[in-house]
Amino acid sequence: MELLKEREEQIHRTGEQPFTLTCNKDSLAGAVSQRACVFCGSRVVLYPIADALHLVHGPIGCAVYTWDIRGALSSGPELHRLSFSTDLQEIDVIFGGEKKLTNALFELIERHSPKAAFVYSTCIVGIIGDDLEAVCRNVEKEVNIPVIPVKSEGFKGNKRAGYTAACNAMARLIGTGDTTGISPYSINILGDFNLAGEIWMIREYFERIGVEVVANITGDGRIADIQRAHGAALNVVQCSGSTMDLAKMMEDEYGVPSMRVSYFGVEDMAQALYDVAGHFNNPEIMAKTQALVKEELQELLPKLEFYKKALNGKKAAIYVGGSFKAFSLVKAFRLLGMDVVMVGSQTGTEQEYRELAEITDPGTIIVDDTNPLELTSFLEEKNVDIFVGGVKERPIAYKLGVGFCDHNHERKEALAGFVGMLNFAKEVYSSVMSPVWRFTYQKAEKK
Amino acid sequence: MSKNPPNYISTTNACKLCTPLGAAIAFKGIEGAVPYLHGSQGCATYMRRYIISHFNEPIDIASSSLSEKHAVYGGGANLKLGLINVTKKYHPQLIGIATTCLTETIGDDVKMFLNQYEQEVKGEKPTMVEVGTPSYNGTHMEGFHNAVASVVDTLAGKKDTRDEGSPVNILPGFVSPADIRYLKEITKDFSLTPTILPDISDTMDGQAAKTYEKIQPGGTPISAIAAMGNALASMEFGHTMSEKSGGAILAEKFGVENIRIPQPVGIRASDRFFDHLAQLSGLPIPEKHRAERGRLVDSYVDGHKYIYGKKAIVYGEEDMVVGLTAFLAEIGVIPILCASGGKSRKFAEKIAEATGDLLPEQPQVHEGMDFYDISELAESLEPDLLVGHSKGYPLAQKLSIPLIRVGFPIHDRMGGQRILHLGYRGAQQLFDLIVNACIAKKQSDSPIGYSYM
Repeated sequence: MELLKEREEQIHRTGEQPFTLTCNKDSLAGAVSQRACVFCGSRVVLYPIADALHLVHGPIGCAVYTWDIRGALSSGPELHRLSFSTDLQEIDVIFGGEKKLTNALFELIERHSPKAAFVYSTCIVGIIGDDLEAVCRNVEKEVNIPVIPVKSEGFKGNKRAGYTAACNAMARLIGTGDTTGISPYSINILGDFNLAGEIWMIREYFERIGVEVVANITGDGRIADIQRAHGAALNVVQCSGSTMDLAKMMEDEYGVPSMRVSYFGVEDMAQALYDVAGHFNNPEIMAKTQALVKEELQELLPKLEFYKKALNGKKAAIYVGGSFKAFSLVKAFRLLGMDVVMVGSQTGTEQEYRELAEITDPGTIIVDDTNPLELTSFLEEKNVDIFVGGVKERPIAYKLGVGFCDHNHERKEALAGFVGMLNFAKEVYSSVMSPVWRFTYQKAEKK
Repeated sequence: MSKNPPNYISTTNACKLCTPLGAAIAFKGIEGAVPYLHGSQGCATYMRRYIISHFNEPIDIASSSLSEKHAVYGGGANLKLGLINVTKKYHPQLIGIATTCLTETIGDDVKMFLNQYEQEVKGEKPTMVEVGTPSYNGTHMEGFHNAVASVVDTLAGKKDTRDEGSPVNILPGFVSPADIRYLKEITKDFSLTPTILPDISDTMDGQAAKTYEKIQPGGTPISAIAAMGNALASMEFGHTMSEKSGGAILAEKFGVENIRIPQPVGIRASDRFFDHLAQLSGLPIPEKHRAERGRLVDSYVDGHKYIYGKKAIVYGEEDMVVGLTAFLAEIGVIPILCASGGKSRKFAEKIAEATGDLLPEQPQVHEGMDFYDISELAESLEPDLLVGHSKGYPLAQKLSIPLIRVGFPIHDRMGGQRILHLGYRGAQQLFDLIVNACIAKKQSDSPIGYSYM
């Protein structure tokens, strides 16, 4: 397939030339990027904070397309699953939406008694010039909860800029809560969104090794926890694209150090626990960690054998939001004896892509901010058996007669942690080994 | 008649989508077309995700991917670049360009940009159709109908080079791919040649294919749209769209009679549709369809006692709600609340027209509703059923009543694209669905677990 010229430098093939890859730039007009926008970046990060009001200031679309969009579970309040909008109309666009926003905030805060309110700006708010800071400040004076503007105008950058806006919004909360009684062996979990209850599993691991979790940021998140998050001894950051800014800010302002981890795949999950235990330099915690990993692996590894045997040598392609997750997926596929032949992301950094190029096999396609037609040609070229992605990638795989594993925010299967590795293997197996492919043309012809 | 609806400032769980989404779906129903949004990248991606979750089909919507500097200096250059790139990659016959709130508000003049494109760009140039769809004005249905009107206005002519049969235009509005396949079958059974605009029957419900199709095959051929001015008549479903609809434009420009009827949902509305086809074709209703009607009536009788007097809340797009309400009224279900996020100002009137002689008392009918409003009213109305798209599920769950899934979107079940709503066959499927939902509810609520109805 011929590439659009502007796209060529965003694609690299491992080993075929010295590493170069351009990324973190605006999507190319007409290329049908799989990316969303700044607003999306903010919305997905803050979304799981379950006791906050999330009000989208704009026309109805931005709110309605993000209604209950993530499988981010809450152990208590479920305010995050509602979709609130000021539903701006033409008249608001002409005369300004500040008054409507103010009144909507009062109405919703009175109705739901949230612990804080996030007000997201959308494209149009950036154009008509509503002063969200002022509106939020004025409302906050009267309602006694934090009312925080999220500067997420869709056109002001890409999804990454939205992560930053979300972190800036959360930064306003941090440092305002009481930190007494927090253990010296304590962490915040950043960048896990509790899809299918994953953060509960991860919290349980940490509790088992004697580490206290102060705040979940943001899976099953609570405002009060975030307000006292600066009292934790360490920030443990997953999905580094989305919350690393916040960790940096907390390091600068409160001296909380941070480390990057991943909970996907056996190696990375174990490494995450060891890294945290190592950070605290406490023999008891380390001993408990070793015991936990041993116990979990004894349980898991025999069960994985069946899947490894069946899936050995199958080929996988990966396209995810942030490239950090891709590392874990590459390792997880290796553990299953599978070959990763393509890996890409919407918002990866040059450093991450460079490292991916180092760990992947020669010929692996590494791609930034790709699109359906490129994906199609890669999957066809590499004769892939399973494609890992999100909802927008699914029909591409299926139309090509390729299996699919949903690893995005809508999924209902827990894929993190040790048990998540087993679920992942089952997910991959159940798509790759399904008898339905014998009816599709592609696989029928291969036989 | 309608009581005062709830009147809140904020919107919670909207019962509508934004205008460009409707335009994108309408453009997907034209052969060889790629929908294109002139706005920032997010709009296209969000809508793709939303639409894919219903149809389970690829839907590539291109975008101008505007960034901050374009918002300040205008998006013309990116629009042109985007059109060039889409042309290079997809080789479309048509690009359907819809604006967004961003580009409407910064005042981009898309017509002017397209004129410049026409002069500046050499080589392959697809047909361009543009429609203004600021999302702060109307719902996805305005976007849908305005896109259809724009397609007709731009492409329809009177020269017909085809010599096949008696052409009729059908502008069905936003119905399912299964509905459109059935409409084709019916019209052909009357020996008429239908031009259905838009036709998403293949493009949004495709087959497993040998190779990946950049643009899914199917859709209304541009040549057929060009010939719409020659048709015997146009049949347009629904009454809540603007006066300047596709059918109205064909009538005004080419004198093609525009027959506007309600969506043919249920026996009575379907009878009207079939009668018009009989009149246009000069042929009696084919035996196959008479028989389907006969079986439908027979089943109405068999099932009537299980549903009589059940109270239903119906919500969604106004024209679809009008159709469904009329159908429910004719099977003995009592519509108690009809709700839509749309604001045509014709909603209550059209429901009264469709049900007046069947219902001793009109349901509450409210425009501009969201699910918070619907939920609030539901508390005192004590409905037995919800009828609408899948976004009513949280309410159905809260009330522990069945949700009859119809329309768009169906995000929590397979096969939304294959739900049949129209005609005798659609009524048959809806009837069985509703009766069985009521029986299943009674059965699962019963401690006995009886095994006969």
